[in-house]
Amino acid sequence: MSKSERPNQLFRNLNAKVASIPMVLTALVIFVGGSAWTVLYSFTNSKLLPRLNFVGLDQYYRLWSTPRWLVSVENLLVYGVLSLVFSLVIGFMLAALLDQKIRFEDTFRTIFLYPFALSFIVTGLVWQWLLNPEFGIQGVVRGLGWESFNFDPLYNSNIVIYGILIAALWQGTGLIMCLMLAGLRGIDEDIWKAARVDGIPTLKTYLFIIIPMMRPVFITSLVIIAAGIVKVYDLVVAQTSGGPGIASEVPAKYVYDYMFFAQNLGQGFAASTMMLLSVVVVIVPWAYLEFGGKKRG
Amino acid sequence: MADLAVPLPAATGSIGLDASGPRGPKPRHVFSRRNIFLYGTLIVVALYYLLPLYVMVVTSLKGMPEIRLGNIFSPPLEITFEPWVKAWSSACTGLNCDGLSRGFWNSVRITVPSVVLSIAIASVNGYALANWRFKGADTFFVILIVGAFIPYQVMIYPIVIILREIGLYGSLSGLVIVHSIFGMPILTLLFRNYFSSMPEELFRAARVDGAGFWGIYFRIMLPMSLPIFVVAIILQVTGIWNDFLFGVVYTRPDTYPMTVQLNNIVNSVQGVKEYNVNMAATILTGLVPLVVYFISGKLFVRGIAAGAVKG
Repeated sequence: MSKSERPNQLFRNLNAKVASIPMVLTALVIFVGGSAWTVLYSFTNSKLLPRLNFVGLDQYYRLWSTPRWLVSVENLLVYGVLSLVFSLVIGFMLAALLDQKIRFEDTFRTIFLYPFALSFIVTGLVWQWLLNPEFGIQGVVRGLGWESFNFDPLYNSNIVIYGILIAALWQGTGLIMCLMLAGLRGIDEDIWKAARVDGIPTLKTYLFIIIPMMRPVFITSLVIIAAGIVKVYDLVVAQTSGGPGIASEVPAKYVYDYMFFAQNLGQGFAASTMMLLSVVVVIVPWAYLEFGGKKRG
Repeated sequence: MADLAVPLPAATGSIGLDASGPRGPKPRHVFSRRNIFLYGTLIVVALYYLLPLYVMVVTSLKGMPEIRLGNIFSPPLEITFEPWVKAWSSACTGLNCDGLSRGFWNSVRITVPSVVLSIAIASVNGYALANWRFKGADTFFVILIVGAFIPYQVMIYPIVIILREIGLYGSLSGLVIVHSIFGMPILTLLFRNYFSSMPEELFRAARVDGAGFWGIYFRIMLPMSLPIFVVAIILQVTGIWNDFLFGVVYTRPDTYPMTVQLNNIVNSVQGVKEYNVNMAATILTGLVPLVVYFISGKLFVRGIAAGAVKG
């Protein structure tokens, strides 16, 4: 095609343009178009079918006065903050332990990472079974003679979100560990030597020298964890189905249920728009910090 | 590797002392306080990570009476494979009682074309972005990458409408398209970065010799980039096999993928809970990604690292 003599801009490099059609369509129609569509329809009173009947911010007022949504947001905040902190801390500590030139490093890494290969559904169901009050950990400990032992997070609405957190950490910390380990390996040995020559204790070296040097790895991990937190859905569905009552509901589940069960599309759109907004709040500052000053391709 | 550790005062820890390769005697204090602490911690944590897998396997091999009486950690007194057979061929979801096998084959029929299609599209796409840039290409690429962070819930319903319009809503092909769309950002990034890192001269030489867009792709780029294709396949097989949300939204009960069917079997409210069958079903569903994981080893790590770290 590019052999044609006319200097027509449109046909230059035609094959590459043809090859990029799926990308262009996905970017424009699905990502930009789909999001804009959902945001637009969140201002309507669509029920069973999407209709352009604008009602202003009504859906959002309703959303923020629905107890289930408020519980969902609260759960997401608790879950989000804790899983962020614990993933980073546990992930880093495991990586630091593996970085001590130990034997069987590959074996340990394989063990820590295998849950990451499993789906959230499998993870949720396993932990549902482990946390089963009758037969699970609680039952076993009581069977050993400690009759008053209480550990039934999935059946106690006050702590159910921690039960989900345990499962999520089991599944996800391996990935963070891997990223951190790669980061630790990227640090020059000379740094360690210099720190030792200066007599800086290991712990201090980690806290004040190594961790600051691993800033990019931490930011990457942060973004990955954060993106995963907003999407958390399968795990809750499998482990508790949102229960007991509405105690472990999360926004993603609220969206799904209102769109496909409650036949209340407007609410679903408003809720998903709030999710989008929360991601924008996280991503934009990160993108600005990361790509703002220096322009990169 | 441990041979490198030079004996040090135990408490300070010895990291990175391989000043000039392995030399001198082996460290004498194998049971130093540092080693006991280090390996002790690692072993305890490893046990914690292995525990759920162990409990799954053990539970699935017990009969129901034994489960009711014993505790979940004890190994089975009498090994039975009945729960596995039942989970595979006769566990019920709603009215269907043909077990997880249906979901398994659905998942296969979803995963294989999705993996092929998404990698085909993304690799050509990444190649175009790396070697045949046209005006505006980078803009779309940035939109694509930023779009990867949009919660799926925002785009679910518009896609339902699109699929309904083209008559693919509820069919396996519809789901294949959805997987190809959402696999695109990460895969395109992966391939673009890989092709960009190949020597530019290679591409120039091929152009001088008269090869065109597809010629260079098939005869030069493709044969030289098998590792990255393997990484992409690992990434996609596990990702698509483990998907739940798209499966539940875009398919009907008779085309449900394995994860959705598994959830329906285990979390169905009617009937007596058969924990052993549930666990057997859970292992069966997790088996494919686990096998991929254990076979691929280092490449899996490379895949997730490539997927995770921005380019």
